[in-house]
Amino acid sequence: MAGNGSAVKVHVDHVVKKFQTRKGEMTALNGVDLDIHENEFITVVGPSGCGKSTLLNIIGGLETPTDGQVLVDGKPVNGPSPERGIVFQQYALFPWLTVIKNVMFGLKLQGKSNQEAEEIARKYLKMVDLEEFANHYPKELSGGMKQRVAIARAYATNPQVLLMDEPFGALDAQTRTQLQQELIETWEKERKTCFFITHDVEEAIILGNRCVIMSARPGRVKDIIDIDIPYPRDQATKMSPRFLELKNEIWSQVYQEYLSVRK
Amino acid sequence: MQDKNKPIWAKIPNWVWVLISFACAIALWLFASSQLPAVFAPPTEVWAAFVSKIESGILLEHVWASLSRVLIGFGLAFITAIPVAFLMAWYDPIRHIVEPWIQFVRNIPPLAYVFLLIAWLGIGNESKIAVIFIAAFLVQVVTIYQGVKGVDTTLIKAARVLGAKQTDIFFKVTIPATTPFILVAARLGLSTSLTTLMASEIVGGDRGLGMMIQQASGYYQMDTVLLGIIMLGIIGICFEKIVRFLERRFTGWQETVQQ
Repeated sequence: MAGNGSAVKVHVDHVVKKFQTRKGEMTALNGVDLDIHENEFITVVGPSGCGKSTLLNIIGGLETPTDGQVLVDGKPVNGPSPERGIVFQQYALFPWLTVIKNVMFGLKLQGKSNQEAEEIARKYLKMVDLEEFANHYPKELSGGMKQRVAIARAYATNPQVLLMDEPFGALDAQTRTQLQQELIETWEKERKTCFFITHDVEEAIILGNRCVIMSARPGRVKDIIDIDIPYPRDQATKMSPRFLELKNEIWSQVYQEYLSVRK
Repeated sequence: MQDKNKPIWAKIPNWVWVLISFACAIALWLFASSQLPAVFAPPTEVWAAFVSKIESGILLEHVWASLSRVLIGFGLAFITAIPVAFLMAWYDPIRHIVEPWIQFVRNIPPLAYVFLLIAWLGIGNESKIAVIFIAAFLVQVVTIYQGVKGVDTTLIKAARVLGAKQTDIFFKVTIPATTPFILVAARLGLSTSLTTLMASEIVGGDRGLGMMIQQASGYYQMDTVLLGIIMLGIIGICFEKIVRFLERRFTGWQETVQQ
């Protein structure tokens, strides 16, 4: 099984999250248990409102669970940390900083000198192929380029775990495919532990070692599917019989959950 | 030719338009003064009044008296409005108490409370500056407050994930994200200050453009009245240009570039 054999990096231990709303208490997550192994690429799919993003925010330390806990390397998560980088769907670049200054932001906070921070930032801008845009402002970039900068910024601080919240959700199909390809290649090189939320089943399969299917609200882990398609993967992988088989299997499970919400 | 379909005026550069607009204004002015010379003093007379008042030095004294009131009132309002706006945005109790006051006073014309301030502070400079301060403070605090409230929470989250502490977030996210609103507030504040100047100079004192206009109108010296009005217009445009320059300099990164 993919991921097994390596150490548990992130241990999600029976996480419950309840929100107070005007209509009363709402349970977003109802006892989520999940182990993310070192160097593993986990993808998460589930119907809208199943608490995927809430789970990501809890792992990231931006929200605290009502019950249960998240352990990273055995230590409980207690607030956000550069150890767990996040890529947001809305890019979240600082519009008043140039591309390179955005990538340098976290490095400077780590106390690195300007020169050192810039060197590292250039390396990661090269990784996402945006070196020549280093001194541009975000407003001068397309959506796909902005998200590349955000990915470079997340990588630059060298986090242990990379959390991605539907990072390609706002992009057109062509750009999305391209960024997926780049992300696979980067992951194959760096093998950074990734937790990737998407609503796109194909994206979940092409990227992940394992795919977590979440149930409709209140969110729980409904099933975890091993993506036993060997790397290197590319867009042609999407035509392979095994891919289509997995796609059917995952999609039918997601669809069941979707129907259960609609009822 | 790419320009073939464009109308002929599309080829005229901007500075020529400024000259044309200016010439048309003078023409209108000449026409008005030919019809009603007693009210609309002709440009030549206004120019003569300008020259004689410059020579005597009195015009600069008036301008300086007004300008210093506007700048002090505006400046004090600006440096007070920023912390108050932040406190309102951060602490709900403060907002709940202060916001209704602001909304209430904001809609009162300054002319209405100028007499209260004169009774309190006398007819000297203090009351005049106080009126300008109040009016400029109110418009600025509302604008800056909206800016602080509107800081994108995703940016704050992103900064926290990258290791930012509270003070980092304040200086590296909140302040730059609020800068466009602070500059808009400055622009609105300056134009409000200028508007309020007239109310502040309504009573007492012997220097100031407002005073100059009032005294001259008492003697029906319309050339001086027009001169005062034009001076105020020029000051207003200069303020506007300065803030626009600062906006381009400091907030050129904005997605929606204001025109």
